[in-house]
Amino acid sequence: MPIAIEMPKMTDTMEEGVLVEWSVEEGDSIAAGDVIAQVETDKATMDVEAYDDGVLLKKVANAGDALPIGGLIAIIGDAGEDITDFIEDFKSNGTMSPAPSESSSEVSVKSSPDQTPTLPEDEPSSHGRTKASPLARRMATEFGLKLNHLTGSGPSGRIIKRDIEAEIERTPQIGHAPLPVPTSADRGHERVRISQMRKTIARRLAESKFTSPHFYLNVDVDVVALDMQRRGVNQYLEKTNGLKVSFNDFITKACASALVMHPDVNVTYASQEGEIHKYNYVDVGIAVAIDDGLVTPVIRDAHLKSVVMISQEVQSLASRARDKQLDVSEMEGSTFTTSNLGMFGIESFTAIINPPNACILAIGAIRDTPVVEDGKIVPGKRMKLTLSCDHRAVDGAVGARFMSTLKDLLENPASLLL
Amino acid sequence: MAELQLREAIRAALVEEMDRDEDIFLMGEEVAEYNGAYKVSEGMCDRYGDRRVIDTPISECGFAGLGLGAAMDGLRPVIEFMTWNFAFVAFDQIINNAAKIRYMSGGQFSFPIVFRGPNGAAGQLAATHNTSVESIYSCFPGLKVISISNPDDAKGLLKSAIRDNDPVVFLESEFMYGMRGEVSDADDYIIPIGKARIAREGDAVTIIGHNKSYWRAMEAAEMLTSDGYEAEVIDPRTIRPFDWDTVITSVKKTNRCVIVDESNPFASLSSEIAFQIQSRSFDDLDAPVQRVTSKDTPAPYAKNLVEYYLPSAEDVYRACREVMYLD
Repeated sequence: MPIAIEMPKMTDTMEEGVLVEWSVEEGDSIAAGDVIAQVETDKATMDVEAYDDGVLLKKVANAGDALPIGGLIAIIGDAGEDITDFIEDFKSNGTMSPAPSESSSEVSVKSSPDQTPTLPEDEPSSHGRTKASPLARRMATEFGLKLNHLTGSGPSGRIIKRDIEAEIERTPQIGHAPLPVPTSADRGHERVRISQMRKTIARRLAESKFTSPHFYLNVDVDVVALDMQRRGVNQYLEKTNGLKVSFNDFITKACASALVMHPDVNVTYASQEGEIHKYNYVDVGIAVAIDDGLVTPVIRDAHLKSVVMISQEVQSLASRARDKQLDVSEMEGSTFTTSNLGMFGIESFTAIINPPNACILAIGAIRDTPVVEDGKIVPGKRMKLTLSCDHRAVDGAVGARFMSTLKDLLENPASLLL
Repeated sequence: MAELQLREAIRAALVEEMDRDEDIFLMGEEVAEYNGAYKVSEGMCDRYGDRRVIDTPISECGFAGLGLGAAMDGLRPVIEFMTWNFAFVAFDQIINNAAKIRYMSGGQFSFPIVFRGPNGAAGQLAATHNTSVESIYSCFPGLKVISISNPDDAKGLLKSAIRDNDPVVFLESEFMYGMRGEVSDADDYIIPIGKARIAREGDAVTIIGHNKSYWRAMEAAEMLTSDGYEAEVIDPRTIRPFDWDTVITSVKKTNRCVIVDESNPFASLSSEIAFQIQSRSFDDLDAPVQRVTSKDTPAPYAKNLVEYYLPSAEDVYRACREVMYLD
């Protein structure tokens, strides 16, 4: 009896998956638990494992195909079995369409830290890891070269200095050479396939911006005290354990404390259930820019954690996010989100709410600015915060009270260490 | 510049220092009446008399300890071991007393003493007379270790060693005592301890070699030149304190390194150099650090096996081509 292997639902928000690479060939015997293929979802590249033993009778999908959840990937069964009827049945029963029943799912999934969907013949090393000397790695970073696009001439395909130099020689626009001036003859555009991550960003943010009526609240926070506090804390930490906390860590902590005091902001507008969900915990999502998009790893129970604990967790999550090592579960279920573009010198901006949150905080740069104190102009240090609110769940006064508390906390930062 | 044999350069350093400072004396087996087993101290007994050039019984532990006592009491002994193989019976004096008593006495006692003699293989002398000791002595904090490859360095560094207020292990070579080389005529010629010498400059590969291994490194560099590559050869000269700056600067230029060291390979000087290089210049390495050492066995007696056992220029050349990815 043939068994269908279908596109599994690997993340909460996944609607389709792209088959990146087959790990087995038609005619191979496979055992339950074997990895048969890799699939790129909206969040990561993951391994698809078989649930049953058998022989791979047919690969229905090809590398590069995008399939909806429940779409037929492959068929396994006994060697030599006739599967023509089975494929016909499968098609006519309509199970090629999304939303499969629990019982039809014949695979399990396992998150893998693999990154780019390269075809097997592009992979220079045997186990998927690109071998390169430390110097070659450093040079590739300096010149913006992707190591897995190069062929190594060292032992076991190791990429070495001369391979990088040859690549630089071959493509003169790399590195310090001036870009060629385009003539009218070679004007054109590059066509880049939209990645699953970008599709997800596009879908979720369009849905958020077009469904939830956004309004924005702005405050300018005096951060002189926060700056001093942070320096003091960092001096102490450096001496004791070599750690360092950022402004952002203090802001995350302040948001968590303020959300406990204003539970009406820490909500989800669940229109389908006809309910507003109020959370008795604060899980703060933090937007992290990565190579080809952004992700929002979540600090669980931020209201129960110290600034130092938050700092360490953010550092670990952000670095793993940049390496695409985050598990899907670490990016889901926030109750509130922050986005910080201060490091780029952005003074203030408005962020699109990250569903299912009701609010998102946009954090601007800390800037030295003249301020008026007791009728005199004196040097000051300020930071602009902008809260985007979903008006279906949060009204102006509710959001404003939250922002007022947040400003108070940040201007009296000792409160954050309590 | 005068051309001197290595033994003459060592004697010149001893004589200049003993003329300068009456507290310095030379002691060891056959150093006085017989004018030295390798004629390093030829004529010195006549010049200074038997109170400053002293023959000892065959008792390394005894005269090493005697020297340390004299040093504690303010004299500046130079103790000659007929070879460093014999100094193993004086190990307790050198390791437990010389290296540690300044530390243990909180600086109340120090040892301005030099232990010197030939080190390493010297032909068909078999297992017990062919040991390279630089790895052993350089692992003990409290000892300075110098290993010389030519007459000029021998003179300049031995004078520094005698003037140093801490115990110095000074490693020579039986094979090289007759080697001739230019020696500086400079008045009071001193080479500071802890400075490596870049013997030839190049950008293809860094080769590190001291004592006899330095010459294997130079021969390999010549072979690479005929292939069209210029190797950079560094003679560390002082093993401890080691001149990391010179080595790391060179490795950052060449991106690869071969260490030549006559010691046995396990837990040795070459292990330490390789560790420091990967730790201090990881992102500059294009190939794993390679080393050429004696084989991991006691030294053999048979002539063909001795040749196989020791690092050869051919071995160094092949290791260089390997880290340059040429083969």
